[in-house]
Amino acid sequence: MAEPASPSLSTAPGDAVIEFRGISYTIPPDKVVLNQLNLTVHRGDTMVLLGRSGSGKTTALKLINHLLAPTGGELLVEGKPTTQWDVIGLRRRIGYVIQEGGLFPHYTIAENVGIVPRLLGQNPEQVRARVDEMLRLVDLEPGDFRERYPHQLSGGQRQRAGVARALTGDPPILLMDEPFGALDPMSRAEIQRQFKALQQRLGKTIVLVTHDLREALYLGSQIALLEAGSLVGRFSKTEFLNSSDERVKKYISAFDTGDDVIPPSPGNQRPSAGAPA
Amino acid sequence: MLDFFLKNRHEIATLTLEHLWLVFVSMALAIAIGVPLGIMLSRRRWLSKPVLGATNIIQTIPSLALFGFLLPAPWLGERAERLAITALTLYALLPIVRNTFIGIRGVDPAVVEAARGMGLTDRQLLLQVQLPLAGSVILSGIRVATVICVGVATIAAAVGAGGLGEFIFRGVAMVNNSLILAGAIPAALMAITADFILGLIEKRLRPGRT
Repeated sequence: MAEPASPSLSTAPGDAVIEFRGISYTIPPDKVVLNQLNLTVHRGDTMVLLGRSGSGKTTALKLINHLLAPTGGELLVEGKPTTQWDVIGLRRRIGYVIQEGGLFPHYTIAENVGIVPRLLGQNPEQVRARVDEMLRLVDLEPGDFRERYPHQLSGGQRQRAGVARALTGDPPILLMDEPFGALDPMSRAEIQRQFKALQQRLGKTIVLVTHDLREALYLGSQIALLEAGSLVGRFSKTEFLNSSDERVKKYISAFDTGDDVIPPSPGNQRPSAGAPA
Repeated sequence: MLDFFLKNRHEIATLTLEHLWLVFVSMALAIAIGVPLGIMLSRRRWLSKPVLGATNIIQTIPSLALFGFLLPAPWLGERAERLAITALTLYALLPIVRNTFIGIRGVDPAVVEAARGMGLTDRQLLLQVQLPLAGSVILSGIRVATVICVGVATIAAAVGAGGLGEFIFRGVAMVNNSLILAGAIPAALMAITADFILGLIEKRLRPGRT
């Protein structure tokens, strides 16, 4: 069953890496983007923030690395409120991947991937070795890609370079905002597959924003459905697919137009749209 | 005509150097003030309207009038050179401030967000990302300002600051076309050359951009 929209108490508190406690975000004068959000992400989880455009999912993500500050409530990262973190230190513990990777167009791929260690003053040899390691990790052959500029790469390659850059500092947390949204379906499927393998290897705590139900079910270990700034609920995949919540069923049926939309996976009963769960 | 140029080549050279000096000092000052000012405006948007408005107004004052306005100013009025350099700097300011502001604001927000998200400090963001990406836009502002400056500097002769304007004013007074051209041609060449060289640098600053 879906967990109600309240702080999760089911796991040991030490396990919680990110905690939204009654988080609200309002744009003055009165546009409520997030309303009283309570959500906990545990170590090693891949939490998918699922919702349509305008549901507040991207805002929720940007609160975690303090690109935005909550207007109400408290957000804890590794047990400490984001307002008390040194913001640069906080962000260096959190990898951040956005659509198309957000690469710096005036830097080569190697310079992009190595920017943070370089700014931290690591010696060039070390930086180079780390960059090569990261590029191999995301299947970009360093010899081919180091010296290229972002515009000389395909969308999927740029995206992978973006992931490599986010992982360079070995952050325990990874935030991803529609990371594969700009790709064609073929590249997207491929990169999702690669990312899943990577995810299992690295064991990072990941928060991933998407509107794509398939992506959520494929990559997520937990799904938080947001609607108009409020949390509908937090679900495991099975719970999500079998939920009796009208809003969940509506979201599923919106995607469930063809036969192959929901990937069958072990343990998932494939719900038929609109049928009582 | 050619005779005239050859005969007066020493004076032409002297005045050209004077002219170059006026432009160079004014531009150095305008860049030193304008670029930081433009950066500041990009961070405090509310300031951009009044400041850009003020520089705009300066730009609309006819150059001869601007020299006249500044004449009674206590420290400036004492020496023609100070006066000319101040006026030229004020003229050059607008394109530089505006292009710096626009250039930085025009950097893809996604790129800025990614930079912030990975923990770049404001200073690193500016030096590593915003300035390099805005570079060609800022430089095109400097280029426009330089060309304006070369032109307006001819007026500086009216307050006795020298430069190629000397020939032009003298030529107008004496109704001597050769004299006018002796001022106008080197000034025009200077403007064209500056435009060309800065244009080359501007292109250089653009590699890696889509």
